[in-house]
Amino acid sequence: MSKNNPNSLQNKTWLKVFDSFLTTLKAIVFLIFGTLLYGIFGHHFDFNFKKNDVAQKSTRTYNSTAIEEDWDKVENGIHLQTGLVHDASFDIVRANCTACHSGKLIAQNRATREGWLQMIRWMQETQGLWELGVNEPKILDYLAEHYAPEETGRRANIDMAAVEWYILEMEED
Amino acid sequence: MEQQANKIRRRNFLKKGGITSLSLALGMPIVFGKNLPDGVTPIGLDSETIQGLPNKHPEMTILNDRPINAEAPAHLLDESITSAERFFVRNNGIPPEKSSINLEKWTLTIEGESAKTTKTFTLAELKKQFKNYTYQLTLECGGNGRKEFNPPAKGNQWSIGAVGCAAWTGVRLKDVLAEVGVKGDAVYIGYYGKDTHLSGSLEKQPISRGVPISKAMEDESLIAWAMNGEPLPYLNGYPLRLVFGGWPASCSGKWLHKIVIRNQVHDGAKMAAPSYRVPCKPVPPGSKVDNKDMCIIESMPVKSLITFPKTGATIKLNQNLPIKGHAWAGDLAVSAMQVSIDFGATWQTCALSQPANRLAWQDFSGQISFPQKGYYEIWAKATDENGEAQPMVLPGWNPKGYLNNACHRIAVKVV
Repeated sequence: MSKNNPNSLQNKTWLKVFDSFLTTLKAIVFLIFGTLLYGIFGHHFDFNFKKNDVAQKSTRTYNSTAIEEDWDKVENGIHLQTGLVHDASFDIVRANCTACHSGKLIAQNRATREGWLQMIRWMQETQGLWELGVNEPKILDYLAEHYAPEETGRRANIDMAAVEWYILEMEED
Repeated sequence: MEQQANKIRRRNFLKKGGITSLSLALGMPIVFGKNLPDGVTPIGLDSETIQGLPNKHPEMTILNDRPINAEAPAHLLDESITSAERFFVRNNGIPPEKSSINLEKWTLTIEGESAKTTKTFTLAELKKQFKNYTYQLTLECGGNGRKEFNPPAKGNQWSIGAVGCAAWTGVRLKDVLAEVGVKGDAVYIGYYGKDTHLSGSLEKQPISRGVPISKAMEDESLIAWAMNGEPLPYLNGYPLRLVFGGWPASCSGKWLHKIVIRNQVHDGAKMAAPSYRVPCKPVPPGSKVDNKDMCIIESMPVKSLITFPKTGATIKLNQNLPIKGHAWAGDLAVSAMQVSIDFGATWQTCALSQPANRLAWQDFSGQISFPQKGYYEIWAKATDENGEAQPMVLPGWNPKGYLNNACHRIAVKVV
């Protein structure tokens, strides 16, 4: 159709450029507005969380009492609610990866950058994950840095740090 | 209840405000947010954090809360018949809202290209029309033990507790299939449940697997509504599910409402490679394997768990240590159970019970004495009726980390 009407094609291209410019502009406005909001209200959150510093949460066993208090808190570099490492790319990872599944699924897995890329492609092909665009390399860097595989050989030692030693009470023979 | 209501409010707010308000709340735009499928609310603010699992033991290890995946530490599995609160949960999708489950209206439809007719049964009709059976059947997640594989395999990092043996009550699948009529060309049955896909898309099934017709026709293959004499736990498929003992638990569809009799291998969600498949031929660790070279897992391998004592026991030198546990072997029975306290150099034989019925796990027990003070590991090794035993190191590596049946180990100190 565009063959006969080069004008309309040009118009469309121009519209597309304008559209993407508008999208970028919207993104920048959102970013600024969000930062502003955080600047205004952020300290309220901090204040509330400090009161609840006593709340402890084990990463392995579930503590049902502490969840609400842990809302959005970072402790020892870990964002407690998602269980994910908190760094500059955290917000991007959270926004794109925890829409469908829990952050716990990420935190328990280990893979190389290539391995994480394969997982993303699998989710895009079969699970409805959207295109990650400019965020993809950032997400991959984040995952490859914080959730890289360790060499454990054909079988790892029993995890001594995880063993809770106790006296087994038995009747004397 | 209050917190629950708060969560729902928060979620509705996010839904109403859509992408814009979420972007504001995050302080950043959701790039490509316009590509979000309808009905998907990003939980970037993760308002869905659960408060512990309903009717599950507080010591259950929760690997994932969306979808819910939880396993029992070994010592919780000491009972011969696993109680509902200790039975692992492996959800692939989101279970149907509990309030939406109406026992009077719940139906099971049997259809498919190899079904002679299509029939629909209410729960009451199933219970009344067919003879009821109760069997103790072992269900184990195909990925139980995934955590140990090297290089790591993707998915939920199950350690050892995605297994249980409960008493299931229901009707034989073969009786119901016979009532509907099975054509001569039937190859497979597939199930459909009422759980929904994680993405929120109603077009996608979270999981729809099944078994070959030969497994479907076994006496112990059940359409079950009860576990240990009680209605199924909500997270384990209430009100109706399939139970195929000895096969990857993903074959045993939950929240069951439809069974299809197929004239080909069922092609529902997670039937295709690489899900629940392993390389048809063994491969070196870390290999890339083409989908066409992956084969469906059927019967699970021989395996065992030491359920008493809990790892970390400290005893005195003059004490004998009683040990207990269970052993199972997919479609087979376990013929021998051994333990070692010297890293597999010598083995001593345990007492091993007969299974309550075919496909039930078997209890073992023994007494261990230690030669001197120090650190020990107790290793457990079961052997199936074909003479296959558990390996002490990891078995064949596979891309998705299934079928790890390496011997269970607990740590003990003698002082």
